[in-house]
Amino acid sequence: MKKGTLKKVLKYAAKYRFLIVASMALAVVTALLSLYVPILAGRAIDHVIGKGNVDFAGVIKILINMVVCVVVISICQWFMNKANNKITFSVVRDVRTEAFDKLQKLPFEYIDSKQTGDIVSRIISDVDLFSDGLLMGFTQLFTGVVTIAGTLVFMFYLNFKIALVVVVMTPLSLIVAKFIADKSFSLFKTQSQARSDQTSFVDEMIGNLSVVKAFAHEDENMDSFDEINERLEKASIKATFISSLTNPGTRFINNLVYAAVALFGAFSCISGGMTVGGLTIFLSYANQYTKPFNEISGVITELQNALACAERVFSLIEEKPETADKENAYKLTDVNGNVVMKDVSFSYDKSKKLIENLDLNVKKGQRVAIVGPTGSGKTTLINLLMRFYDVDKGAITIDGYDIRDIRRSDIRNNFGMVLQETWLRNGTIKDNITLGREGFSDEDIIAAAKASHAHSFIKRLPNGYDTVISENGGNLSQGQKQLLCITRVMLSIPPMLILDEATSSIDTSTEIRIQKAFNKMMKGRTSFIVAHRLSTIREADVILVMKDGHILEQGDHQTLLDQKGFYYDLYNSQFA
Amino acid sequence: MKKLLIYLRDYKKETILGPLFKLLEASFELMVPLVIAAIIDKGIASKDMGYCLRLSLVLVLLCFVGFVSAVTAQYFAAKAATGFAKKLKRALFDNIQKLSFSDMDRVGTSAMITRITTDMNQVQQGVNMTIRLLLRSPFVVFGAMIMAFTIDARQALIFAVTIVLLSVVVVSITAWSIPRYEKIQSGLDVLLKFTRENHSGVRVIRAFGLEDEEKDKFNKQNNILLGIQKFVGSVTALMNPLTYAILNLSIAYLIYKGAILVNNGDLTQGQAVALYNYMTQILVELIKLANLVITMTKAIASGNRVQELLELESSMKDGVVTTFDSTKEHVRFEHVSMRYEGDSEDSLADISFTASRGEKIGIIGGTGSGKSSLISLIPRFYDAREGEVLIDGRNVKDYSLEALRERIGVVPQKAVLFHGTIRDNMKWGKKDATDEEIYEALSIAQAKEVVDGKEGGLDYMVAQGGKNFSGGQKQRLSIARALVRKPEILILDDSASALDYLTDKNLRKAISDMKDAPTTFIVSQRASAVLSCDKIIVLDNGTVSDIGTHDELLSRCELYKEIYDSQFKKEGAV
Repeated sequence: MKKGTLKKVLKYAAKYRFLIVASMALAVVTALLSLYVPILAGRAIDHVIGKGNVDFAGVIKILINMVVCVVVISICQWFMNKANNKITFSVVRDVRTEAFDKLQKLPFEYIDSKQTGDIVSRIISDVDLFSDGLLMGFTQLFTGVVTIAGTLVFMFYLNFKIALVVVVMTPLSLIVAKFIADKSFSLFKTQSQARSDQTSFVDEMIGNLSVVKAFAHEDENMDSFDEINERLEKASIKATFISSLTNPGTRFINNLVYAAVALFGAFSCISGGMTVGGLTIFLSYANQYTKPFNEISGVITELQNALACAERVFSLIEEKPETADKENAYKLTDVNGNVVMKDVSFSYDKSKKLIENLDLNVKKGQRVAIVGPTGSGKTTLINLLMRFYDVDKGAITIDGYDIRDIRRSDIRNNFGMVLQETWLRNGTIKDNITLGREGFSDEDIIAAAKASHAHSFIKRLPNGYDTVISENGGNLSQGQKQLLCITRVMLSIPPMLILDEATSSIDTSTEIRIQKAFNKMMKGRTSFIVAHRLSTIREADVILVMKDGHILEQGDHQTLLDQKGFYYDLYNSQFA
Repeated sequence: MKKLLIYLRDYKKETILGPLFKLLEASFELMVPLVIAAIIDKGIASKDMGYCLRLSLVLVLLCFVGFVSAVTAQYFAAKAATGFAKKLKRALFDNIQKLSFSDMDRVGTSAMITRITTDMNQVQQGVNMTIRLLLRSPFVVFGAMIMAFTIDARQALIFAVTIVLLSVVVVSITAWSIPRYEKIQSGLDVLLKFTRENHSGVRVIRAFGLEDEEKDKFNKQNNILLGIQKFVGSVTALMNPLTYAILNLSIAYLIYKGAILVNNGDLTQGQAVALYNYMTQILVELIKLANLVITMTKAIASGNRVQELLELESSMKDGVVTTFDSTKEHVRFEHVSMRYEGDSEDSLADISFTASRGEKIGIIGGTGSGKSSLISLIPRFYDAREGEVLIDGRNVKDYSLEALRERIGVVPQKAVLFHGTIRDNMKWGKKDATDEEIYEALSIAQAKEVVDGKEGGLDYMVAQGGKNFSGGQKQRLSIARALVRKPEILILDDSASALDYLTDKNLRKAISDMKDAPTTFIVSQRASAVLSCDKIIVLDNGTVSDIGTHDELLSRCELYKEIYDSQFKKEGAV
């Protein structure tokens, strides 16, 4: 599983392989030269022995080498950093673009089953985390390994015995680091559990503070808060304390190594096996040697985290898209609007039956009213007509063509859709009406707005049609939002319509305006209306009565009343 | 931020001792190069192995003592920081709960939640790191320089210059990048918002066939972000190479100058090595210090926001009266006007009416006509700007808020259930409610079947946000919750909108049939929900258009007739 993920990451990185090779080469140069600099410093010190015993020519020659090395290292390091940045940010861009493209193709089964936050966090934060962790981790890991290997080689080359001392003591540092990491991992888990308890409590109570206050529930809340807070404090002290031991702990081991090197180094110096400069080199190596180890252990946890994030992103990218249009898919032009549903069965959860053997024959220009209590599955029909979902059995045809044989874009272009759930985006009123469709002049837009009775309120906005509204419409009223959505469809009205009447929250005069706009649109067009208003229902050619996802009854108003079935009850309870 | 520090009061010992132990650790670290110098100059020079061994043991001792000090310091820091956070969070939550509705509107829910979660985490982290590092890092940096001075004043000048140069680089790159990181963050926010829009609007986007346009727009934003990231990245990428170069060039110069001094006999070889060692210690600490400054800046910014919320005083004064006279005339509005904070116009103007005990009052009118505003004055969620709201003949402002609200059952527009069992939720209405009382309320609210349909009945767990209940079920349960306390006043704020008409009707009937039926306010868009009320208040744009019974209004109130007709259509009425 994880291996597969890694492979996919590499696939994205492969596009930048030149940069990656360059970055790795620069990393090798930087790491090795960085190890060489202390050697030069040590050798220089060997030329500085005591009063009158300084080999200036030697010192200066070495120091010039050192300066050259330092400059080369700095430049290499900068280019390496730049290359790494470019690789990381570009891969992020690529993955994000692909994930977003995927969002446009995902089937509704997937989209409807996921919360907005889930998909957004995959495309935004997971991608960030994975790039940071994985790609930066990679380079750090690589540099770390090169540094460790280089240090070992240099040390053994300089003095076998002392190198051995260092190597023998190294595992100590690793054990300490591992011990602390394990310990803090489980403590962190407890802490984050307590923290998330607190966050959800706070979220719930502050989010519904008005209810809390209405029921004067403040004191009870304070008690619950104290309990969680206490728990969090306990967990937090432990986690913070133990995890903060990593640095002192490894520093402690490091210093022990340092002392050992000093001792054995001094002995070697005395016995003539090493110079004071050599001792200096060893001391500075001993200082730095454990650093890459600590970094690597940190990088590995980060890598695991990053892989988990990558997996989430890739699972989105690899999700099966909507079935593609057939190769010879029919191009729908000049639609009449004869819609037939033949023996249609469908359900979201295949183990629970929903719509079964539905037959419906709608002729050009007819109105179909869909009625039923909330949650009875009225939107399911819309989902099928728009081919947001495919039927399980039977077929839906438009002008005789099975909609599965028509290009999706053609089906959707020929339906005008106004949903009760209004969707507006952050942008100007004009943007929200055209939605990026081109070829409409300002006059067209105003004409559409006039036709949908939205013009008068738009005119009163601070910047008219150029007023920027925030996400979800901000301070527009629900009715105004719906008028805007109607204007969108009004701009170019397709031959078939799907309309969802608003149930509530709209004042009477706006509602009357919406109704007028709907009527104007429906003239001569095949329309499906999720209906709540008596007048709409009475004027419909066909009424579909739905309950619990089933079509219970079908017919015109009078026929249904005469049946004295569910519609009869519904009608009487609602309007009597 | 400053005023928050009083919450550290109980951790004085930890806050002072923590940094002191850190200093102790740092000073032991600073001694190490001196010991090494002694080993070189005395031990190696005179070939005294015993001396070398003793000094090595001193090194071990130093690192051991250093370790113990560090552990102690870390413990104190952790204890002080978490304790501080606990106390501060408690105070903050307490204060948030005290805020009035106007305050809540102004501050905003998400801001309040962010303060007590994200911001508080930043503050806690900041306090923790400050205790640990604020003294240590400068101490090591300047300590190294001072030690260098004790060895050789002339050489120490090189230290001074190096420290200045390093500080300039670290500070300027950090300072340059902080605001630019914010720019990156806002670029990311744009992408986030865009993605969220695309997910929530996916049906509209596909219905209009806009997929490709959306992709292009996203790409454009994505590339803009990439551009900023690369630019900022290439500047911050300078930090490591530059500091490395400065430090090592200084070392080269230090050795060169040292060579001259040693040659003149003003410096020993061991001292030269010690100076070299001190120099290498500086950089690590300077970078830690820079990171600390970033953490502190963030913590202070968060702290200031937290403090602002903590100091916010509720704009509503609590009353003291806790007894009610139970007069016949139960609720009265006298020329009440009300305005939301920040608005330039009244939401309600000159509202007057009387509700007798046990009456049913319907409130109807379009969106923005002030229905919810009107009923929010009864439990004193907001205060009237002019006029008086009286309950049992006394201004609501005189009563203690708790006593007042305990007598009122409010069913909000949006049904909210809380995480916990159904029973826990019902007990919000009455703390010591028996199962019997709960079931009574449930059956009036038409919610008995909801509970019976769930495994475990009253013990069934409600998920966060009540996700495991449908909208209609939630509404019925929230009505039951308000009924459990047998309120004297019941307020239904359009709270039956998700119920089908039949259930809605049964509900209204059950409430009327209650023994000691509460004075009930029914807000609705549906004429059918209010037409059997004793009194119907028709609101229009914040003013009372008319008050009367259904028949009276139908014959004389144009607006009421219009609403009624639009829902019933003349021919449709039976």
